[in-house]
Formats: sequence, C-alpha cells, structure tokens
Amino acid sequence: MLSLITFLPLAGGLLILLLPKTNHALMKNVSLLASGASFVLSLALLGMYQIGGGMQFQELYRWIPGIAINYHLGVDGLSLPLVVLTTLLSVLSLIYSWRIDLRLKEYLFLFLLLETGMLGVFLALDFFLFYIFWEVTLVPMFFLIAIWGGPRREYAAIKFFLYTLVGSLAMLLAILILYFNSDPRTFSVPELIRQQPLAGQPLLAALAFWGFFLSFAVKVPMWPFHTWLPDAHVEAPTAGSVILAGILLKMGTYGFVRFSLPLLPEAFKQYAVIVAVLALLGIVYGALVAMAQTDLKKLVAYSSVNHMGFVMLGVAAAAAAFGEPDKAQAATTALNGAVFEMVAHGIITGALFLIVGVIYDHRAHTRGVDEFGGLGSRLPVYTGISTMAMLASLGLPGLMGFVAEFLIFVGSFGIFPYFTAVALTGLVFNAAMFLWTIQRIFLGPFNERWAHLPDMDGREKLSLVPLAVLMLIFGIYPRPLLDVINAAMAVLVGVVR
Amino acid sequence: MSVLAYAWIIPVLPFIAFWLIIFFGRRLPGEGAYVAIGAMGIDALLSIAILSQVLDGATYQANIVWAMLGDRALEVGYQIDPLTAVMLIVVTVVGSLIFIYSIGYMHGDPRYSRFFAYMSLFAASMLTLVLANNLLLLYVGWEGVGLCSYLLIGFWFERPSAARAALKAFVTTRIGDTFMFVGILLVFFTLGTLQFDHVFEAVEGGALAGPLLTLAALLLFGGAVGKSAQLPLHVWLPDAMEGPTPVSALIHAATMVAAGVYLVARTYLLFFGSPGHEALTVVAWIGGITALMAATIGIVQDDIKRVMAYSTISQLGYMMLGLGVLGFTAGVFHLMTHAFFKALLFLAAGSVIHAMHTNDMKEMGGLAKVMPWTYGTMLVGALALSGIPPFAGFWSKDEILLEAFHHNRPLFWIGLVGAFITAFYVFRMIFLTFGGQLRSAARPHESPRVMTVPLVVLAAFSAVIGFVGAPWWDNPFHHFVEFEAAAGVPFDLSLALLSTAVALAGIAAAAAVYYWKVVSSASLRRAAGPLYGLLAHKYYWDELYGFAVIRPTLWISRQLRVFDLYAIDGAVNAVGIVFVWFARLYRLFDLYVVDGLVNLVGWVTGKVGGVLRFGQTGRPQSYLLAIAFGVIVLVIGGILR
Repeated sequence: MLSLITFLPLAGGLLILLLPKTNHALMKNVSLLASGASFVLSLALLGMYQIGGGMQFQELYRWIPGIAINYHLGVDGLSLPLVVLTTLLSVLSLIYSWRIDLRLKEYLFLFLLLETGMLGVFLALDFFLFYIFWEVTLVPMFFLIAIWGGPRREYAAIKFFLYTLVGSLAMLLAILILYFNSDPRTFSVPELIRQQPLAGQPLLAALAFWGFFLSFAVKVPMWPFHTWLPDAHVEAPTAGSVILAGILLKMGTYGFVRFSLPLLPEAFKQYAVIVAVLALLGIVYGALVAMAQTDLKKLVAYSSVNHMGFVMLGVAAAAAAFGEPDKAQAATTALNGAVFEMVAHGIITGALFLIVGVIYDHRAHTRGVDEFGGLGSRLPVYTGISTMAMLASLGLPGLMGFVAEFLIFVGSFGIFPYFTAVALTGLVFNAAMFLWTIQRIFLGPFNERWAHLPDMDGREKLSLVPLAVLMLIFGIYPRPLLDVINAAMAVLVGVVR
Repeated sequence: MSVLAYAWIIPVLPFIAFWLIIFFGRRLPGEGAYVAIGAMGIDALLSIAILSQVLDGATYQANIVWAMLGDRALEVGYQIDPLTAVMLIVVTVVGSLIFIYSIGYMHGDPRYSRFFAYMSLFAASMLTLVLANNLLLLYVGWEGVGLCSYLLIGFWFERPSAARAALKAFVTTRIGDTFMFVGILLVFFTLGTLQFDHVFEAVEGGALAGPLLTLAALLLFGGAVGKSAQLPLHVWLPDAMEGPTPVSALIHAATMVAAGVYLVARTYLLFFGSPGHEALTVVAWIGGITALMAATIGIVQDDIKRVMAYSTISQLGYMMLGLGVLGFTAGVFHLMTHAFFKALLFLAAGSVIHAMHTNDMKEMGGLAKVMPWTYGTMLVGALALSGIPPFAGFWSKDEILLEAFHHNRPLFWIGLVGAFITAFYVFRMIFLTFGGQLRSAARPHESPRVMTVPLVVLAAFSAVIGFVGAPWWDNPFHHFVEFEAAAGVPFDLSLALLSTAVALAGIAAAAAVYYWKVVSSASLRRAAGPLYGLLAHKYYWDELYGFAVIRPTLWISRQLRVFDLYAIDGAVNAVGIVFVWFARLYRLFDLYVVDGLVNLVGWVTGKVGGVLRFGQTGRPQSYLLAIAFGVIVLVIGGILR
C-alpha cells in the first residue's frame, strides 16, 4: 500500500517519458492520473488508519543484508497528515500547471519524481532509504527552478542545491555516527530509537545532533540559514513554489520531530534553548523583513520563515521538557501545535503561492505589491480567496492557522513563558504585514492599468477552493486532524520521557 | 427540553446567512437583506424566550470536546446566565433594528448584498463571544468581530482613508489582543482550564492568587482596552467612522466596542480577587481618564460622527469606571442603556447624513423643521446621553457616579466633570444640527419610513429601559445581574439631584453658546488658546504613535531587509565566492604545480632522451670505439685502485 502510494507517481513519470512528445494532453492526463491515484490511495489510507495504533502499514524487506540495510516503510500520526498533504498539493499543483508547455515531458517527469521522493521521505523508516529519498527530492527541484524559473533561476537553483547538499552531508555524518554506535549495527529508525546508541556519550550525541540540525535547519529554514528560500521562491515556477513551501520545508521540521527528538533527546534538551532562540529570531525577524518587501512572492517567503519559526518554537519547547514528567502535557500540546502548523502552513502558504501565481503568471506579469491597488472592486473572487488565505496566515481564529498557533503557544508557554510572550509580538507584525499587503493590492482606488484583468478561471478555482475549504473546516473543528496527530505525539512524548 | 438547550442556534443562523449571501447574493430575497434580517429576527425572538426563562432562574451550560491534547480534553461550549441573557437581548434587538434601518441607508450601494453578509458575520461572531463559556471561544468571537469591524470600516475601500482606518483599527486592537492572549495562556498554564466556572472555582480556591492573579487580570484587560477603545489604544475608534453609519451604530457604539466591558464583567472575579482590588483600581482609573479625555475632545469636533465616536469612547470609559469602583451592576447596566441610546444617536446622525450628504455640522442647521422624526428621536437620545431623568442614561450613569462616590472619591469628581462636558457636547451637536438656519445649499428631506421606524423604536427603548434599574420597583436589574461580593450601593436622591443639575448646567452652557449665542464659539476658542489646540489635535496621540511606534517599526523593518540582503545573504554568497576562489587557486595549482610536475618529468625524460639519442648512431665502429673506451676506463680504474 505504502509502496504503491510512493511509487505510483514515479511510474506515471516513467510512462510519460515513453509517450510521444507532441501529445501534451495525453501526458498531462497521465500525470494527473498518477498523482490523483496516489492521492486517492492516501485518502483510503486515512480511512483505514487506526488512531493511536502506532506505526502502521509497515513494509519491511531485506535489501542489503551485509550492512543491515532494509527497505522499511511505515506511517503514523506524524507522517500520515504530511503524506496526504503531499499528495493533495501535488495534484493541485499539477492542475495549476496546465498552462506549462515548455519542455512539458521533462516538467511532468520531474514533478512526479519529486512527489515520489517527498512521499518516500515521510514514509521511510530506514535511514539509508530515508537518505536516498531525501537526496532524490533535491534533483528534480533543482531542475524545476533552473529550467522553468525566473530570470535569476540558475543562481537560485545552485544556491538551493548547494545549501541543501551541505546540510545533507552533515546528516550523513550523523547517521553514520548512529550506525557505528549501534549494537547490533542497524539503520532501522525504530530499532535505533529503542537502542538509544548515543545515550551517555554526550560528545558524540552533540556531534550527531548538530549534524542533523544543520541539515534540517537549512531545510526548515531556520534563521540564519534562510536566505536561499526567498531566492528559490522568487525564481521557482508557481507550482514549484507551492511544493517548496508546502512540503519541502516540512521535511526539515519532520526530521526534527521524527529523528532528533526521539534519537537524541538529551542532546536536544541541552541545546533546546539555542534552537528556541533561533526560532524566535525567525519569527520576529521574518515578519519584520516581510513587511519591508515589495515583491509579493518574497513577502510570502519571509512569512514562511516566520511561520516555520513557530513550528520550531514548539519543537524546541517539547525538547526542553524531556525528562520532566510534569511538563509532558505541555510538551505534547506544543508538538501537536507544531505538527498541526506544518499541515496548516502547507495548506495556507501553498494557497498563497498559488494566489501569487494567479496574478503573476498569466495576468499582470508583475508581483510588485505597490503596483496594484483597488483590485477588490474588479476581481471579487480572487480578492475573497486571497483575503481568506492571508487572514488564515495571520492567525485569525476560525481559520486553520490560529489552531496551530494557539496550540504551540499554549504548549510552549508552559516551558518557555518569556520566549512565548516575545513570539506573540510576531502576531502583531504578521497582522500588520498581511493587512497592509491587502490594503495595497486590493483596497484603495482602482488602478486603471489593470482594467483588462479577468477574475479567476475554473481551473484556478479548482486548485484553490479545496485549500480554502480545508482552512475553514480545520479552523473551526480541528479534531479530525488533531486526533491523528495527538495520538502519535503522546506516544512520542512517552518515548522521549 | 427548554429553549436554552437550543441556544447554540443563535450564532449559527447569522453564520449561515453570511455564507448564503456571499454565494448567492443578489439572487436572494431583498438581495440578501431579508435573509440577514430574518436570521437576526429569529435570534431576537429566541433571545427574548431565553431571557424569560433566565428571569425564572434557569441557567444552562453545554460543552463539546474541541481538541485532545495528550489525554486531556480541551472543551468549548456555551453558557446562559443573566449577563449573557442581557447581552443577547442587546445584540439581537439593537442588531435587528439596525439591519432594518440599513435597507434604507445602504439603498443603491453597489455592494449592498456584501454589506448584509458582513453584518451577519459580525452578528455571528458577536453572539459567539457573548455565549462562550470559556476564554478560547470568547477569543474566537473576539477576533471574529475584529475582522468584521475591519471589513466594514473598509467597506468603501476605494477611499484610501477608509482602507487606512480599517488597517489601523485591526492592528491597534490586535496589540491589545496580544496582551489578552498572553493572559489566556497564563490562565491556562496555571489552572489547566479556560472554562469560566472552572477558572472561578480555582481562583476562589486560591490556585491563582496574589500578583500573578493581578497580572492575569491586567493582561486580559489589555484586550479590553484595545476593543473598547480605552486609553492608550483608543486612537482607532474615531477613524473607524469611515465605515457606513449603521456599522458605526452597531459595531462601534452598541455592541463590539462594549465587548471589552463585557470581558471585564465576565471575568470580574479575576479582577475582584486581585490583592487589594489592584486590577480593579487600574480599570477604574483607565476608564475615568478615558471618559474625561474623550469627552473634552468631543467638544471641538465638527464631524457629527466623530462627536459620537468620542462620546462612545467616553461612555465606555464610564462603564469601565463603574466596573472598577466595585459597581459591577452599574457598569453592565450602563452598557445596556448605552447600547440603545447610542445606537439611536448614531442612526439619527446617519439619517441626517443621508439627507445632507455631509458629516460636517458647520454645513447643517435648522433641520428640526425638515426632519421632525429624526429631530425628535435624536433629542431623546441626547437627553438619555446627558443623563436627564427619566431617560435611560440617567439611571445607569447615576449609579456609576454613586458607586464612585462611595469607593473612589477622586474618580467621582472626574466623572461629574465628564457628565457636564457630555451634556455640553451632545447639545452642541443638537443645536448645530437642528437649531438656527441651514448653512449650506443642500436640500435635506426626512428619511424613508424604513429608517425612521427603527429610530422611533430605539427612542422608545432609550426613554424607558432605564426603569429596570429604577429604585421604586426595588431595582430589579440589580437582582438580575449581580456580583454577590460587590453588592450595589442604594439609591441616593441628593446625588441624583446633583448629577441632574450638572447635566442641565451642561445643556444650558451649550445653549448659551450655540443657541442663544450669548458668547460666540469663536471667542471661546480664542480664549482657550493652546488648550483648544490640544483638543483639536486630540492630545497628539496619533502624532505620538506615528513618531514613536509606526516609523521606528518601518525603519527597523527596512533596515533588517537590508541586513538580510547584504549581511546574511552576503555571508552566504561570500562563502560561495571563497570556495570559487579556492577552486580557481586549485586550478592554478593543478595547472602549474601538479600538472607542471607531471610535465616536468615528461620534459626531462624527453630532453634526456634527446641527448642520449646522439649515442644511438647505428654504426658498428662507433659502438666498438665506445666499448674500447669503456674497457680502457675500467682498466685504468682497476690499476688506480
């Protein structure tokens, strides 16, 4: 089941390679079918998933027995929401990419390869396998930016690639440290969590922790490793930005929760304050820098830095509570919030990048916040959805972002009260930043330069409305999603404790 | 099952109306207006049914699990008690009347349906806020009304001033909300619950006490300061008058801005329980100073809606003052009466604006004859606001002053001065608008029935609603909405006479200047000199914030952007460049050193070979010669050794 979900997109991609180059419609349909099937299967997975049943649907095969490498997949309350998010955003991005016709065959193949890579990252339970998937995601994203990107695409693509690669190497080092200290030697993540090979070896644990940290922090991205993000976003094609912000960034935070927390709890606790401070810097700094941006895409990119800061604050708080049973409740809450924020940010920011794409790709061909004005009177649907997504992003209650932030703050307040109070100022800056943006683009007198601009068409609505609906549903009643996450986080905190 | 168990329908109805109007808009009956009014009307009937049951002593509470956190459930729900019942009546009755009025006022607006959609969303949020039995749901409603306020202030967003005012309102209140959020976190962290009755039990049990309780109360009050436009976060409310007048009446006078007062009343135990009532003292002083300061600004405003806006700030200050001086009932009572007479005043002002197409009172005058209904009803509102018996405002304001007299004498005097000024500015407005002769070329007319009927209904309420708190029926309101530990002070005739006399003096003073013109307002202005300047600039609050908050924030934001671009990203690029340089260096090394060595070996070998080649002649004689030489050398060598 899990293998099917993971490799269906790749199979579709390979099939596309065999198709005639001129038949665009066929290639698009195949790509949609492949990722759509993967999405439907992931929904079925959601239906069959037992809440609180631990790691499920596991697939375990011996792969390279000589050095104890297995093909091992599994899904739990942490990865399940991210898997569904991945398949959903992939389908929506493909729907949105309908207008692409430059080197379509390669585009679709790379896109589907990317989807397989991301799904594999979230499902792999063997470090070797995980590392392969992690690297697999890098290559298609590099080409998506470098071929279909904006004017500075090569610079951005290489920066993205190198930055991530340096991180990956540090992670490889950390993985090897774990491997060579395990007994019997293994790459299996559950087995390593059980063994705790680095317990009582603070130096090695610290080395492994910072190895993982570098890799994940670049991916998140945490302050000050964030500058690849605005460049990559600005240059990437719309669908690439959606996937980048919606899912690739989550791989970093996922790594912290999945590996750093249970594998190296003592080291993480030791350095939790540092991580929290960096998260805090990301929150306040990200919001303030976003406020000064005039490029809408950069603005959204910096707001991602801000939101991922919230996630990391929650994770750091949970790490700091390791070994203190009276703080377990707060730690669980903070982690719930962090994981919920991963999903929420995926949906909201995914929507925001689609929104930028709608105005930039086929209409105005500019993203200058100050070049618009008064669009609210001519493009009511676009204005409505944009406003909703921005309000969700600034944490308005009743929409998804609020639930996530509320849980993070409630949890981390019990562990880092002062940090949390500082982080809350980020909410004011966020509100000011997004509302000011709304004011500049949609309010005020209508700028006649855009008199010819049509409102959203059917396909754009199809790619955005599902996200808007999800923001609202989970904002009002988060339980369906939160229960899944909560069970896994309770187990995790139990392990960490 | 009693109707209380179905009270959750109350916020749901306008919420459904909102979505219906958003999606179907003009295709709905009355272009959506009837849907919105229908939802509000049903809500009003439900609220009346609820009130009648609560009057019989019924209360109700219900919860659902909203989130599981570990093994602990976070529940949200609603409750019905006297305070909620009163608020429900205020919101739904005043709301229904304002909705009906809006049919006339908004007639012909290009976004007519949208207006009713936003108003419905507002009603849904406000009713959620009022019904919530916990801080989380209250906060949800709280931000929801803030959003609607934002959308409705900026309703005519083509006007840059409206767009700016909307932004200002949201961000300013959000600053207060951030404090409130920290307060909520503090409560949850300390007590592990957000449900009001659990929180109160815990506070009574001493689980949250001392300075921490004061801190929690004051943090929550931070939210109230923002929402209720108290000092120092009051600056957004006057600008909010950019919205359509029914919005100002419903949101920025009767209901939403009163939410801060409601919050303090709802969590009164936290304030009351703080050591030495410290938190209450803060509330009282903030309220008292706000009441006086806003009233003084109200004197110099020429925009009829801005007079009303400052009046609202001032009256909200009175409510806070009342709550702060242990007058729990007095504060809530004033909230209720104020909702009716201030909604009336705003709608009447709207009727005037509708006729004159301007807000400027200098261009009005003599409207009493042209607009008799508007004039009559507005006069009732003005008398109620001034505190003239038997109109509603008298009873509630008198109670607040009475409580202040007994518990905080300096604030009593501040309140009394404020009462004089209140009567002065509101009658200044009446005289400027309705008295004398028309001062412009406009052709005003009375507003349509759909607008005047709500005015008459509100005027009737404003005239009589105060009797529910009158002493001669044993003050029923006191027994209905009460906080046991802070029982009200009994009615005091001499104080009532004093406050009435002060109000009458205020009216007389206004008449002297603006009706009989004993003194001209221009000479007063000259006499006041710098004081007038201070008032006209609203005590320079906006300038202060522009200078001390907004500009520094934007400056920091721009500096950080530069820092990000050049310092952080510069460092990243520098690393890249360093590696590229290294690579070039390696290339040179490779080219000249490593490769050079290789080439050198090759070159040397080649050269050596070239030299040796001369030996390879291919002639036997040469070889024989060489061998002979070799033998000779060996022989000589052997001999010499």
